[in-house]
Amino acid sequence: MTTTDATMDPPAVRISGVSKTFGSGPGAVAALEAVDLSILPGELVSLIGPSGCGKSTLLRIVGDLTSASAGEVLVNGKPSERARLDRDYGMVFQAPVLMDWRTVARNVELPLEVMGFGRAERTERSRRLLSLVELQDFGGKYPWQLSGGMQQRAAIARALAFDPKLLLMDEPFGALDEMTRERMNLELMKIWSQTATTIIFVTHSIPEAVFLSSRVVVMSPRPGRIARVIEIDLPQPRAFETRELPRYFELVTEVREALRGRDGDLPAGPDDAGPARLRVEGLG
Amino acid sequence: MATAVAARPAGSFAARSDAHPHRRQAVGILVFLVLVCVAWEAVKWLAGDPWRVDNQLLGIPVRFEHHPPLDWRIASDLSLPHLWTILGAFGEISASTGQPLAIVLLESAVYTLRTAAIGFAVGVALGLALGIVFVHSRLLERALVPWVVASQTVPIIAIAPVVVIAFGASWQSVALIATYLTFFPVTVAMIRGLRAFDPRAGELMRSYAASTRHVLWKLRLPASVPYLFSALRIAAAGSIVGTIIGELPSGIPFGLGSKILAFNQYYTTSPARLWATILATVLAGLVFVGLVRLAEVVLTRGRYRSVEE
Repeated sequence: MTTTDATMDPPAVRISGVSKTFGSGPGAVAALEAVDLSILPGELVSLIGPSGCGKSTLLRIVGDLTSASAGEVLVNGKPSERARLDRDYGMVFQAPVLMDWRTVARNVELPLEVMGFGRAERTERSRRLLSLVELQDFGGKYPWQLSGGMQQRAAIARALAFDPKLLLMDEPFGALDEMTRERMNLELMKIWSQTATTIIFVTHSIPEAVFLSSRVVVMSPRPGRIARVIEIDLPQPRAFETRELPRYFELVTEVREALRGRDGDLPAGPDDAGPARLRVEGLG
Repeated sequence: MATAVAARPAGSFAARSDAHPHRRQAVGILVFLVLVCVAWEAVKWLAGDPWRVDNQLLGIPVRFEHHPPLDWRIASDLSLPHLWTILGAFGEISASTGQPLAIVLLESAVYTLRTAAIGFAVGVALGLALGIVFVHSRLLERALVPWVVASQTVPIIAIAPVVVIAFGASWQSVALIATYLTFFPVTVAMIRGLRAFDPRAGELMRSYAASTRHVLWKLRLPASVPYLFSALRIAAAGSIVGTIIGELPSGIPFGLGSKILAFNQYYTTSPARLWATILATVLAGLVFVGLVRLAEVVLTRGRYRSVEE
């Protein structure tokens, strides 16, 4: 991949001194404290940590879905709000969040409609992206006619439809069964190598983080901060056999030990949404 | 892909669950209708007025007399005519037009339905507009929603003569009264429905830097459709009630309202005719609600989960 020559480029994302506090007074909860992180163009960086470590909150701050209490996020040198208005972000959540009333192809076209792409261009792009995620025969179906894994692939196609510079993925495979998840990991690697998009990937799964990432950012809770950043020096492209390399197991162990780090509590539940998840800002 | 197989059972399951409930619903409605009829006549049998049959059926003389053991006023022939008397009333020739009552009522129902449909359309448009305004402006919502609610606490029967005098005794005034009953359920449903989208879909739209207009057209309105249709069914029934109440003081001689007024006056001599008119009114309402339901099924089949309110 581009890790070596990318060091010459300016960072795709620069997070400096970001803190986030929910509430105020004695009931205030510090979700993030003084987080610094730089992500290079074309990198896939995973955020991993137990519930309450603020990894989803950090992702939401980068995507300008919530604001930081302190600190600054620059995306391609721009403040995150500017980057959002410039449509630099593709978002994928744990749930596919497809529109029930639109066919799969029209779901992929939704961002293109909002962004004013012409009809011919929309059709062409949705066709291309649906074949990228191997859903070319399902464009005319409605979301409920697809399995969970297929719905999530459609959501990824939608997120990539407008060539975003940065893909933000919040536990995108967290709701899938283990086998589907491994296959989706492989597919994501294929898509990543074909599109060279920068990806921030929030996950609870250590094997998934090691398998996918250029770097794994291990976070610790209360308050959320970065405990360690682990370089994943597995060969590219990642393939089925990657999971059988001795180095893979070493790295999995290394991430696990970093997670155990201070207070030794591993992820308890699949959710660390925090109070911000249900808030839709700016939509009333 | 192996996952592709999963699409087929999902589709066939939906098709199966689509066909069955409708048939079951139809059977349920019929069974209920039969039960009501049986209960009606059972009360008459138990406590109604005595009656007798002295007639010939296929040449065989039929003679039958029944003296109910109890005597309730509510079950008398004046309060609760026999079902066959009510059905018979549909065939009675009207003195003024020389047509059977069934034809007179059918023509009246069509006239009333037409006025109601216009009032309904205006009311739905008004309700949609108010809903859209209210979800975009907290200030207007807080300031005006109490007035919208208050508007429905004013008895419509008191408003109707005012409207008829102010705007003239025309079908337009009557439609306006129907609008008054129609816009409210639509407004209330839209205030909820336009906010009922998945918050994460809202975040997606935010990440696309979508304009307010795009959020409205591509997210809020489509997501509100199930709420809208629930309200439309209530509004359809309401528009008929509003139209009939509006027809009463208007003096328009064509609608169901005028028939109700007329047969009210002759109730003591022929109660069955008013009951026949009530039946015709109910049928008109069912036809209207049925059409709304049909539109809902056609427009949303397979795409929406229904909202039960």
